[in-house]
Amino acid sequence: MTTGTLTAAGRTRFRLPRKQIPVLATLALLLVMYGIGVSQYTAFSNVQVIFNVFIDNGFLLVVAVGMTFVILTGGIDLSVGSVVAMTAMVSAALLQDGMPAALVLVIALLIGPTLGLLMGCVIHFFEIQPFIVTLAGMFFARGMCTFISGASIPITDGFWTSMSQERIGDPRGNFVSISVLIAFVVVVIAAYTLAYTRLGRNVYAIGGNPQSALLMGLPVGRTRIAVYTISGLCSAIGGILLSFYTLSGAPLIAVGMELDVIAAVVIGGTVLTGGAGYVFGTVLGVLVLGVIQTLITFDGSLNSWWTKIVIGGLLFAFILLQRLIGIRYK
Amino acid sequence: MNDTMSRYRTMIGHRLFWPAAVLFVMLAANTIYRPGFLSIELKDGHLYGTPIDILRLSAPLILVALGMTLVISTGGIDLSVGSLCAISGAIACMYISKQPDQNSLGVVVTALAMAMGVSLVLGAWNGVLVAVIGIQPIIATLILMVAGRGLAQLITEGQIITINSEPYRAIGLGHALTLPLAIFIALAAALLVAAFTRRTALGMIIESVGGNAMASRLAGIRSGRVIFLAYVISAACAAVAGFMMTANVSSADGNAAGLWVELDAILAVVIGGTSLAGGRFFLSGTIIGALIIQTLTTTVYAMDISPQTSLLFKAVVVIAVCLIQAPAFRARFSRRRRNVPPPATIADKPKEQVPA
Repeated sequence: MTTGTLTAAGRTRFRLPRKQIPVLATLALLLVMYGIGVSQYTAFSNVQVIFNVFIDNGFLLVVAVGMTFVILTGGIDLSVGSVVAMTAMVSAALLQDGMPAALVLVIALLIGPTLGLLMGCVIHFFEIQPFIVTLAGMFFARGMCTFISGASIPITDGFWTSMSQERIGDPRGNFVSISVLIAFVVVVIAAYTLAYTRLGRNVYAIGGNPQSALLMGLPVGRTRIAVYTISGLCSAIGGILLSFYTLSGAPLIAVGMELDVIAAVVIGGTVLTGGAGYVFGTVLGVLVLGVIQTLITFDGSLNSWWTKIVIGGLLFAFILLQRLIGIRYK
Repeated sequence: MNDTMSRYRTMIGHRLFWPAAVLFVMLAANTIYRPGFLSIELKDGHLYGTPIDILRLSAPLILVALGMTLVISTGGIDLSVGSLCAISGAIACMYISKQPDQNSLGVVVTALAMAMGVSLVLGAWNGVLVAVIGIQPIIATLILMVAGRGLAQLITEGQIITINSEPYRAIGLGHALTLPLAIFIALAAALLVAAFTRRTALGMIIESVGGNAMASRLAGIRSGRVIFLAYVISAACAAVAGFMMTANVSSADGNAAGLWVELDAILAVVIGGTSLAGGRFFLSGTIIGALIIQTLTTTVYAMDISPQTSLLFKAVVVIAVCLIQAPAFRARFSRRRRNVPPPATIADKPKEQVPA
């Protein structure tokens, strides 16, 4: 008996856990890319390079976390990029009108979840595909941006500039911005919610099989609406972080961001049909995108369009990997 | 009276009624707002007027949406069409710009053939990913959507390629029989697709694959081949649309050409009554859908609102049309209406609402 459990334990230790393979592959890829960077460029080994990846992609990380929730239920949210832009735009416009920063923050953080809630309700109650509903949401939010102002609005508010310029750590050496800390808090809360709360388990259950989830008596409708609301909230937080980063609201900012976000989530190992994936994988996915950009910047001879081609190639490789794992174990 | 009622019912029930009604209302509103909206005049042997403009500008969208209809009908989706438009336009313009005589017909035909060839290969790539490897369509085509933009910029080397070729320009701006040539190209493509799908069994086969790929395969249809074919056709349509877009402005811009056309095309298909879940498809509905989108854009321009703000109106129209067509919304709406006049049914109501 004892030996039996021992051998069983011994065997499992050497077998790669199937669910984690995509995440582990992403981790390996990240390490390889970082290794290439370090071996090619001496400045790459500076810790600040990694910190900069986080600083430049903090908002992307937050939005990707929200998208992970949606994709885990088997849905998709195309509105995130536009909601990010709208949040930044609304806060810039309100600050310009002289509204106090705290009030602006509350209003800006309410818009995204409200839109998400509405989209979730339409998806659930009227059974229209998420793709179309969130597409309409994307058009709506982008239209609102230019409705507010056709030109970029600078932010000069004291709270915003201090949030933008605050450096945590040694200001002359290695530092991170407050946005990075906020992004980390969001990641930790999201990871906890998905892994240890009832809502998180419901999300996985619905993604695995909505019919079974319904028959088990899980609140499918409520969870589905909640997921789009969470994505809206994350987009709103992302928008605030972006306005910290750029200190302005521009109507055409974050165009096409939803694709980067979906790419990051997929590269992070979340399966698009829903039901399997981790927030940690999404963090890795965002880091992979960030490191690609850094590598291409360091190289200098490659043009920015190579980023898109490489991201497309990686997407292909990871989806193929997911497929192969699926075929082998099913 | 009963007869008119039933006729009214069948008219409302017709799948093209709501899209056509929306288009009609939009045209009527435009005519009221601007009485000269529908006027067409003959100048230098060509017809000019807002309706002609709408038709001409909607030609690329109609083309892309036709291919998209077939793909969506098989239960898939093709997000890469915008990038394919950019790639095909970039290749054609790049080749023409390198030639000494840009006005030679041979050069233009070679350029078109090359661009079409590459587009077909890329369409086949999409088809292989979906039909052979079995990747979800939305993701399989997302790859080319992201990478394709990069490829288009790689071809044009990040520049906007300007060309000066009369035959190429004719694709977008030429005239035939007093009407813009683009209208005829779109019409020809529509008739071709309609003939192949509605006069042969192909349409039925596509619908059956979209309805249930596994069941169709067991019934002896090679589902994989049909799905593969749909993506190739979609790519070919996108390539022609790409020629039109670049010919309109006589230049190829890897970044901007065909941007968001995939979303407009999907909208046109959905407005036309084809379900995103696959199954039955309606080519005439798709064409009306594309015309609705272009009319909306033209209306917004005419009202002096910025192009970006037009997205607001688009969002409202999309949600309205989708809600009207959604069975769940209709059921809710009609149940309420039916329940009001006869009070006797109220007693039955709790029984009906017991969850299954």
